[in-house]
Amino acid sequence: MTTDEIPAIVERHLDDQGGLISILEEVQAKFGYLPADALTIVAETTKRPLVDIYGVATFYRAFSLTPRGEHLVSVCVGTACHVRGAPRVAAEFERQLDVKPGETTPDRKFTLETVNCLGACALGPVVVVDGHYFSHVNASKVREIIEKTREGLDKIEIKTDRRIFPVEVSCSRCNHSLMDPEHPIDGFPSVKITQSFGQQHGWLRLSSLYGSYNIEEEYKTPYDTVLHLFCPHCHTELIGGSDCPECGAQMVPLILRGGGTVQICPRRGCKGHILDVG
Amino acid sequence: MINLKINGLPVMVEEGTTLLEAAKFLGFPIPTLCYMEGLSPYGACRLCVVEIGEGSKAKLVTSCTYLAEEGLQVRTASSRVVRARKMILELHLASCPQSKTIQDLAAAHDVRQQRFRQEYEDCILCGLCVRMCEEQMMAKAIGFRNRGQNRSIGTPFDIKSEQCRLCGGCIYVCPACQLRCTYNEPDKAICGACANLSPPCVEKEEFDDMMCYMDPCVACEITGKKNSEK
Repeated sequence: MTTDEIPAIVERHLDDQGGLISILEEVQAKFGYLPADALTIVAETTKRPLVDIYGVATFYRAFSLTPRGEHLVSVCVGTACHVRGAPRVAAEFERQLDVKPGETTPDRKFTLETVNCLGACALGPVVVVDGHYFSHVNASKVREIIEKTREGLDKIEIKTDRRIFPVEVSCSRCNHSLMDPEHPIDGFPSVKITQSFGQQHGWLRLSSLYGSYNIEEEYKTPYDTVLHLFCPHCHTELIGGSDCPECGAQMVPLILRGGGTVQICPRRGCKGHILDVG
Repeated sequence: MINLKINGLPVMVEEGTTLLEAAKFLGFPIPTLCYMEGLSPYGACRLCVVEIGEGSKAKLVTSCTYLAEEGLQVRTASSRVVRARKMILELHLASCPQSKTIQDLAAAHDVRQQRFRQEYEDCILCGLCVRMCEEQMMAKAIGFRNRGQNRSIGTPFDIKSEQCRLCGGCIYVCPACQLRCTYNEPDKAICGACANLSPPCVEKEEFDDMMCYMDPCVACEITGKKNSEK
């Protein structure tokens, strides 16, 4: 990402009343923060004085003028959390990450901030890391939270989450099983199908856990492309499902062992799916 | 034309006239700090409060921003207004005691002490300089930054602004004192002209026997003078 893209971002928001906040939000999403150069360019392209842009950028807590870390740790120190010991939690985060609130660790992994209320007072003290809420936090849980964050919070806890279960699927045309026990994902046999995008054909392995979106692929396909998926056995294209409830692409139907079908969205990155158990 | 009564006196003003202008027309004094002719009214210092309405519906409004209304009853010096004004001055004194303008206003309104935690800010955030820069100098070099406790006035990133022509207009209008003039750091300076920081009461002889009610007084603290020596 370079600052060259900023005029395009500004262009997109010109109609909605100037849309300065939307512009800054988008710039921040690209860079992770608002660099000084970017603000100057926003000022030039919107033809607004830099003081106004700077004023808005410094007014809202959501904007940051200093680089933020990969993970954002927000410790609630609102009244309800405060009386339940949030200051001790905040102090423990400060000690373990060795930064003050508002600062980022030198390795750019963590940014620590305190917030005044997250509206989840009954769960207090509350800590939010990258959108994941941790409730009833005390100082002894801080290490666990940091460790979990380092491992990746999006990783699903298969053993503890009962909404997640393995499925076995087969081709909707030849009824050949698509399961590949040789190559497990999430500890279960993966679902192997052939994907095609442009000139490239290669295997795609999906996690067979319902609720997990982990995949592996032979060729990296760009985010947001709609893939063509084929059965590796009869080589027919897996097609003919209903429209994806999330993005509208035509879904790929697969037969569930034990009856019923599951339809998955072929759009890379889309989590749309329909489970229909007989 | 709009008819209203100020302190019982009927007055006829054009639509769009503020209460402050109407009161001035009749000669009723209303103290102001953040108001200046030629700049848009802002209502930040609250010093120009007046009471409008009757009975239980009476309320305090800032006269510099409140437009005249038909049949409005305005009181510019009721006991409630005077009390509010004194409190506002005390608050200004609490944040910015070294300002000559504020001290003079406080003295004129018989404020003898301030009861709040003493701070020594150099800015009351009245925004006069910001409006001066924008509306009269057409520069927009300075503006408000941050918010709440951390709100401040200055250039973006605290560096010399390309928009700034060093006109000094901001320093000229500032009621609080050494405003943004960072004198000895030329890179950060807006004007560079105002290098004289010494408070007036210390250097000039005629202030020697001045009655000073500020305790502690910043000027005295700077020069090491003790209150008892005065």
